[in-house]
Amino acid sequence: MNVDVEQFHAVFFDESNEHLQAMEDLLMTLDVDNPDSEALNSIFRAAHSIKGGSGIFGFDALTGLTHVMETLLDRARNQTMSLSVEIVDLFLETVDTLNATLQAYKDGGELPSDAINAGIDRLEAVLGSTGSSEPVAQAGESDDVLAESEDADDGFGFFDFDDIAEPATAVDATDDLFGDLAFGAEASTDNPQAPDGKETDDISGFGFFDDEALPAQPAASQSEKSQPAPVTPKQNVTPIAKGKAVSQTKTPAKESGSIRVDTYKIDGMVNLVGELVITQSMLSMIGNEVDGKAGEMLQTAIDELQRNTREIQESVMSMRMLPVNMTFNRFPRVVRDLSQKLGKQVKLVIEGGATEIDKSLIEKLVDPLTHLVRNSIDHGIESPETRQAAGKPASGTVVLSAAQKGSSIIISIQDDGAGLNRERILNKAMENGLIHSDDMPDSDIWKLIFEPGFSTAAEVTDVSGRGVGMDVVRRNIESIGGRIEIESKVGEGSSFNIHLPLTLAIVDGMCVAVGDQIFVVPLLNIIESFQPRAEQLQSLSNDNVLWIRGEYWPLVALHELMDVEGAIDAPEEGIVVLLESGKKRFGVQVDALLGQQQVVIKSLEKHYRKVAGVAGATIMGDGKVALILDADSIAQTCQDALKQEACA
Amino acid sequence: MTEATLQQSPVGSDEREYLSFVLGKEYYAIDITTVKEIRGYEATTKIANAPAFIKGVLNLRGDIVPIVDLRIKFDVGEPTYNEFTIVIMLHVYDRIVGVVVDGVSDVVRLTEAEVLPPPEFGVAFDSQYLLGLADVDDSMVILVNIEKLITSDALALVDNSQSAALAG
Repeated sequence: MNVDVEQFHAVFFDESNEHLQAMEDLLMTLDVDNPDSEALNSIFRAAHSIKGGSGIFGFDALTGLTHVMETLLDRARNQTMSLSVEIVDLFLETVDTLNATLQAYKDGGELPSDAINAGIDRLEAVLGSTGSSEPVAQAGESDDVLAESEDADDGFGFFDFDDIAEPATAVDATDDLFGDLAFGAEASTDNPQAPDGKETDDISGFGFFDDEALPAQPAASQSEKSQPAPVTPKQNVTPIAKGKAVSQTKTPAKESGSIRVDTYKIDGMVNLVGELVITQSMLSMIGNEVDGKAGEMLQTAIDELQRNTREIQESVMSMRMLPVNMTFNRFPRVVRDLSQKLGKQVKLVIEGGATEIDKSLIEKLVDPLTHLVRNSIDHGIESPETRQAAGKPASGTVVLSAAQKGSSIIISIQDDGAGLNRERILNKAMENGLIHSDDMPDSDIWKLIFEPGFSTAAEVTDVSGRGVGMDVVRRNIESIGGRIEIESKVGEGSSFNIHLPLTLAIVDGMCVAVGDQIFVVPLLNIIESFQPRAEQLQSLSNDNVLWIRGEYWPLVALHELMDVEGAIDAPEEGIVVLLESGKKRFGVQVDALLGQQQVVIKSLEKHYRKVAGVAGATIMGDGKVALILDADSIAQTCQDALKQEACA
Repeated sequence: MTEATLQQSPVGSDEREYLSFVLGKEYYAIDITTVKEIRGYEATTKIANAPAFIKGVLNLRGDIVPIVDLRIKFDVGEPTYNEFTIVIMLHVYDRIVGVVVDGVSDVVRLTEAEVLPPPEFGVAFDSQYLLGLADVDDSMVILVNIEKLITSDALALVDNSQSAALAG
């Protein structure tokens, strides 16, 4: 066999991740007393696909564990064994172990051998206790029986059914792997734990390994024919390389072919389209200068071009978009495990999971969201007794929701627990010397919990309470251009709202003029802009201070900060834009506002270096470069400059 | 890279091609394989708090490229900008940098033997950015180690962390 198998490893890892996720989802929703046979079949198939794939690639640790699991699952779906919560828990743990093992293979790390062996032992113990003296052989037997009835995983690839009963489709994902391999003829993986020849039935269809294949098995081709009627030729899933089962959000009835594409290629395309948008606006500018009939015709053509470019841009951007469910779908498990551990009853409600968000954001959302959800359950939701005493239902509710509002996405984690405790936060903040007065509005107090080292938990548990979390959460969210807000009412619960940009590649900006230069201020940071009146301007040791609605705001003159000549010097003749970043609020003095526009963010660091106060650059309609301001960095720069002055 | 190498290979064993340009009254030359393109000077977007020799950034077909005026850096000639001012776009370590010069003169071929060491003292020019000197048509051409110069701290074109990575 001189085919380079390595190139398929990445695909196998991706696929297996999808399978494991699908298994977990299905296990979570499984009704133990009256299990849905379709769900059990899907779980079985997922385990089976992992086993088959890992066998091919020689990932024996995976093969061993999935094999025992598969045997058990097989009995469950044949109803020769009844499920219990313990067994489902055991399956879930096995999924965790498999995940860890998979990760170890992927990173070339050390295999969690102990966990694997322990897992196998425990599964086999269950296997032993549910009858049958020859577990493995029997499993093979039952496989065979099933192959005739509905063994959809045989002959994977090419076909997929858009089965309404199975939205998460493990089968889908199976296709992906084997769609990439060659196939046709039957083959066997060298599965060390499959003494029974019939076992090979269900791993047939791998083609590819013809040279060590067993004689062709009629059963396989038969089962291919025996697939349910609506077989759709399917070209494969997910628009992104590392994606998980996107098919989850598809309407099952819709026929949709899809291709797996490297994100690198999509990013390249996003860049090119950005260029196209710039070229198009250059053309429009030139078009305005052409007179007469030719000018009219040119204008029409440019309008057409403009519409097309906009559509191309939208569709390219949508390629990067994934449903936020990709992040949300891990939380049923988190909530289940955690509420069991803490002895609380928690119901998780997920809303708006189909809301789409940029892929790069999805990955970066996982950690902060996990922290917030754990936080809600640990600190927010009270114990059943306390809840009942307070006249609330014993079971708490955590609502995880996502919605799009204009050009931003709002993800909120809302619980109906005790709410934040104003007194406790204040006391703690006083203790830590963060504040010196308790005369603050609630909204400012809630912000204190994002300070490093801040935890109001009475005792440190392994769930939360070390105070390392919330500041990291805020930092993570700010690093992807978002911000987080808290609403809370004592006794009624709290809500953490995360505002995120739709995408990182494009930003909604306000173009401002300073001298002969143009800067772009991200709209996300802008509170308002106005022309200051003389009485709103005060001077504090020669630095300007703004007096707005009972508060003093620092005022930064952009032409001084950015060293631009020929700008308006007197603040009352220019425009002040009020900005808000992480925790700083300040005004920026500019000459004029030029208008709002979406700009494509370009890196300055690629060919140059990081510049203080600047987040990146963009190319304007005339081909000129404009710098995009970074409110956080401006605040920081000014503060550092002041400190230096004070020291000098 | 390829074209230049192909051209020089049949001629001589150690002959290399250099692009020579004028700064003030002096002739300089750089390894031609680092040159991406030559274009006229156009207005740049200024970068705050950058040294004077960094003129700013401009848009090179979608890339935001910094522009360095070597006349200011080397303190030769007058930094004037008119329709004859030239920008040489360099491609060094996957980065694009434009350098402003007074004019591009020629492509010169030099063997290693023709590249002479600079005088040991009496020259202010930092010798670490110098490959050597050569005599071409009776005038001295200063061969600049442009890769070293571009990534040097002296130009401050690269973040410290990045320059460490480039050097390594």
